[in-house]
Amino acid sequence: MIEILTALILLSIIAAIVALETDDLLHAVIALGAVGFLLAIAFVFLAAPDIAIVQIGVEVISLVILVRATSGRNDAPANPRRRHLGKVIAVTLVGVIGLFGVRSFTQFPEFGSPVMDRFADAPSVTYLLEGLFQTGAPNIVTAVLLDFRAYDTLGEATVLFCAVLGALAILRRKARVSNDKEEDGIK
Amino acid sequence: MKPDPHNKGMSVIVKTVARWLKGLILLYGIYLVLYGHMTPGGGFAGGVVIACAFVLMTLAAGEDQGLSFFPKAVSSTVDSIGLLVFLAVAWVGTWWASGAFFKNVIDTPQQSYFSLFSGGTIPISNIGLGLKVGSSLFLVFTVLAAFRLIKNIDSKDEDTK
Repeated sequence: MIEILTALILLSIIAAIVALETDDLLHAVIALGAVGFLLAIAFVFLAAPDIAIVQIGVEVISLVILVRATSGRNDAPANPRRRHLGKVIAVTLVGVIGLFGVRSFTQFPEFGSPVMDRFADAPSVTYLLEGLFQTGAPNIVTAVLLDFRAYDTLGEATVLFCAVLGALAILRRKARVSNDKEEDGIK
Repeated sequence: MKPDPHNKGMSVIVKTVARWLKGLILLYGIYLVLYGHMTPGGGFAGGVVIACAFVLMTLAAGEDQGLSFFPKAVSSTVDSIGLLVFLAVAWVGTWWASGAFFKNVIDTPQQSYFSLFSGGTIPISNIGLGLKVGSSLFLVFTVLAAFRLIKNIDSKDEDTK
C-alpha cells in the first residue's frame, strides 16, 4: 500500500518536473495530465472512488481545453535568463514554506489512523454512526456534501457560477466583434 | 496556413465511434447523478461526465453541430436553473417548519433505505448540481476552445478570399 503510493507520488513528481522543464507547450500539457491521472489512481488506492471519478472527469476536460488552447501555437519558451535575485527570493520562500510544512506534517496523526481514532467525540464519528438515520443516504460522502456540509457545496457551486460568468463576460466581446466582422463581410 | 482539422470535425471513424459512445457516456453521467446518494458519484461527478459527453460530440462532429445540439443560451439557462434548484432546496429548509438552512425536510422511512427514492432532499440537490456542473463545464469548454476556432475560421476565410 505504502509502496504503491510512494511509486505513484514519485512518478507524478517526475511528470511535474518534465512539465516544468520541457520547451514544448503541448509536452508540458500532456505531462500535467499525467500528474492528474496518477493522482486519480492514488485516490482509488486510498479507497476514495468519489474523488477519483471527479478527478478523472475534471482532468479529461481540462486536458482537452488546454490541448485545444495550446495546439498549433508555437510560443517561445519563457525568458530563459533569470535574475539571480529572483532565484534567491524563490529559494528562500520555498525553504520557509517547506519548514512550515515539515513542522505541521510532524503533528499529523499516523497514516491510516484518522482523527476519530484519537477523539471519540470527533464529528466524523457522528457522521458515520448517524448519517444513514439522519439523512437516509447510504453514501456518507454525499450525505456530508449535500446535507451536513451543504454550505461548502453551495460555495463551490457559486465559485463555478462566477467563473463561468467571468469567462463569458471577458471572452464574449471578442467573439461578438468577430461575428460582426463576419456579418459585415457577408453584407 | 495549414488547414485546421477541427473545422468540420474529425474523420468518419472518429465520428461513428463518438456517435456510439455518447449515449453510454451520457447514461453513465445520469446514473452517477441519480444514484449519487447510494453509490460513489454524486452531482459534481455526474455533471462532469455529462459535460465530457457533450465535449466529445463537439470535438468529433465539429463546433457547429455540437453547438447546435446544446446552444450557448440553453446551456447558460440550464446552468442558472441548476443553481436555483440547489438554492431552493436550501430555502425550503429554512422556510419549512422554521428549520435551519439546508435542513433535510423530507423524512426517509426506515423501509425505504437503500432505494432510489430515499435520502430526503439529497437527490434533488444532486440533480440540481448535475445540471449546473454539466452545463457550466460545457460552457467553459465552449468559451475557451470554440470561440478561438470562430476566429480561426474568419482568418481562414480571409486567406482564401
